[in-house]
Amino acid sequence: MGKSLFQKVWDSHRVGTLGDGRTQLFIGTHLIHEVTSPQAFGMLRDLGLKVKFPQRTFATIDHIVPTENQDQPADPLAAEMIDAIRKNCDDFGITYFDLKSGKQGIVHVVGPEQGITQPGTTIACGDSHTATHGAFGAIAFGIGTSQVRDVLATQTIALQEMKVRRIEVNGNLRPGVYAKDVILHIIRLLGANGGIGYAYEYAGDVFDRMSMEERMTVCNMSIEGGARCGYVNPDAKTIAYLQGRPYVDNKNFEETAARWLSFASDADAHFDDIVKIAAEDIEPTVTWGISPDAGISITENIPDPLTAPSPEQKASIEEALAYMKLPAGTPIQGVKIDVAFLGSCTNGRISDFREVAKYIKGHKVAANVKAIAVPGSQIVAIQCEQEGIPEIFREAGFEWRAAGCSMCLAMNPDKLIGDQLCASSSNRNFKGRQGSPTGRTILMSPVMVAAAAIKGEITDAREIFDLTESAAVA
Amino acid sequence: MALDPVKQVSGTGVFIPGADIDTDRIIPARFMKCVTFDGLGEFAFYDVRFDSETGKKTSHPLNDERFKDASILIAGVNFGCGSSREHAPQSLRKYGFNAVIAESFAEIFYGNSTTLAMPCVMAAADDIAALRAAVESDPTTEITIDVEALRVRSSSGLDFAVKMPESAREALVSGRWDPIQELLDNDAAINDRAKALHYV
Repeated sequence: MGKSLFQKVWDSHRVGTLGDGRTQLFIGTHLIHEVTSPQAFGMLRDLGLKVKFPQRTFATIDHIVPTENQDQPADPLAAEMIDAIRKNCDDFGITYFDLKSGKQGIVHVVGPEQGITQPGTTIACGDSHTATHGAFGAIAFGIGTSQVRDVLATQTIALQEMKVRRIEVNGNLRPGVYAKDVILHIIRLLGANGGIGYAYEYAGDVFDRMSMEERMTVCNMSIEGGARCGYVNPDAKTIAYLQGRPYVDNKNFEETAARWLSFASDADAHFDDIVKIAAEDIEPTVTWGISPDAGISITENIPDPLTAPSPEQKASIEEALAYMKLPAGTPIQGVKIDVAFLGSCTNGRISDFREVAKYIKGHKVAANVKAIAVPGSQIVAIQCEQEGIPEIFREAGFEWRAAGCSMCLAMNPDKLIGDQLCASSSNRNFKGRQGSPTGRTILMSPVMVAAAAIKGEITDAREIFDLTESAAVA
Repeated sequence: MALDPVKQVSGTGVFIPGADIDTDRIIPARFMKCVTFDGLGEFAFYDVRFDSETGKKTSHPLNDERFKDASILIAGVNFGCGSSREHAPQSLRKYGFNAVIAESFAEIFYGNSTTLAMPCVMAAADDIAALRAAVESDPTTEITIDVEALRVRSSSGLDFAVKMPESAREALVSGRWDPIQELLDNDAAINDRAKALHYV
């Protein structure tokens, strides 16, 4: 019996077994940001400990960075957090991609573009979207702040081994169906808690054909399906993406690449569960509720609690519809939006902006809609500028911003107001997620966000744009 | 660094309804603008406890005077999903909760809570419903979570089995819930592992 990538990475990073039965796992790469790290450094100082491998932690700031003027924190608390990470990185000798570096951005965008994210490695970060890095065949997951302390002090954490579920998607995606739709569809099928205790291996020809950035979009939302990590096996695309990047061993690249590929799951690997999905069954998907598994096809109706299979589900649908202020049993198309948000660690990469730019030329954002586009990193922003993308967005009526997490979680000044409804390319539609306690979020692909912005309502992008040649997996 | 074993937790309970209660709900992101965890207790469940327009208290169970001394939180499925923020269990701890009984938990929240010596035990839906009924009919109902034996008993006569991963149970009852010392003790093995990895 062969091994899965998960098993290979786990075995090669296992330090030992702890008294409670958990594994002490070596964390090869540690990413930190301003929100979940200051307390960890505080604990470290309280215990009189040092950072064991400062060269294996990389820092940036993303959550609270203003996107209108990056250099001006919104308030003294935001400024204090930025000062804290600067001082902590300085005190402990940690590489820090700060605002002036030209490399700052959302930590899950920065890691891959610097080549810090590599196959066959373990990656941890105090952020649940760390699974994004699994797109490269890394075992990457979010951790709490006490574990950030553990990694700083020992480069290890205590962790229960996960089971592995292989999710195979085979066939051809329809035009207008993107990586975001694939993951929203998977979460809808398996539930927001379906992945608890599992690592997800995404496999099949749909993922094989995906670009690295599309794979990142899928892996990013693993946690929304309850799976702490998700990955795609490394292949020629992985190697091609990483070659030449700053933190890659480019001098011994062939040897490095061969080692990376050796981590891919063996053909006869054991999986604890296998789920098969037909690509043709996936439609452009949007959410209607307050959990990412509340997804429906754009052509479907909003669920009706009266047809719910159980009293619990009835109550759950009622709670969601009351919050979302959406009528039961009616089409999701036509629901008016107030805000359109394009960005985040899910969909804030160059390919996302290129794809939207292709279709919004000649269109205008509806008069009643505030639309903002936020590149995932300073490097993405520069690439966009080189390609004339910001002008296309501005011409269409979008505000073009600087890099950060922005309105995905609204820790910076980008927030919904009151019960505004946002068509969003981000990852969470939780109550209050986008900064207003009554704000509402509908998750969808970037092209669907653009279509909604233009029409002023939730709409089928295939009816506004000619998506027959769309860049989703060909 | 000897830690106190957590073998048993007792107190009164409060039921918070709803499935998939995420960590943004437990502690809204704007309260994470801080460099310490101090003071987070008052913001636990803030946006569902206070009306965002009027600032007035809502009918949320945590606003119910009858449950003001509750130290055991009772919930449904997938409690603590979403963001990995340790601010969530920190805020519950500082609010005054010592344990959570739910149908199921999200994984990162679970680990974060265990590290803070806040046991999270999983109970069957029927048992949760019975416990909810008991605390709502008599908020002074005393609940005891026996972490060693994995049972929950109440002064109202309930007595049911609960689940917990063996590693979490062991960590709590043997006073190893914060693993930092044990991780540090294995320094030599860590160095060996680092040497064997090409990229470190």
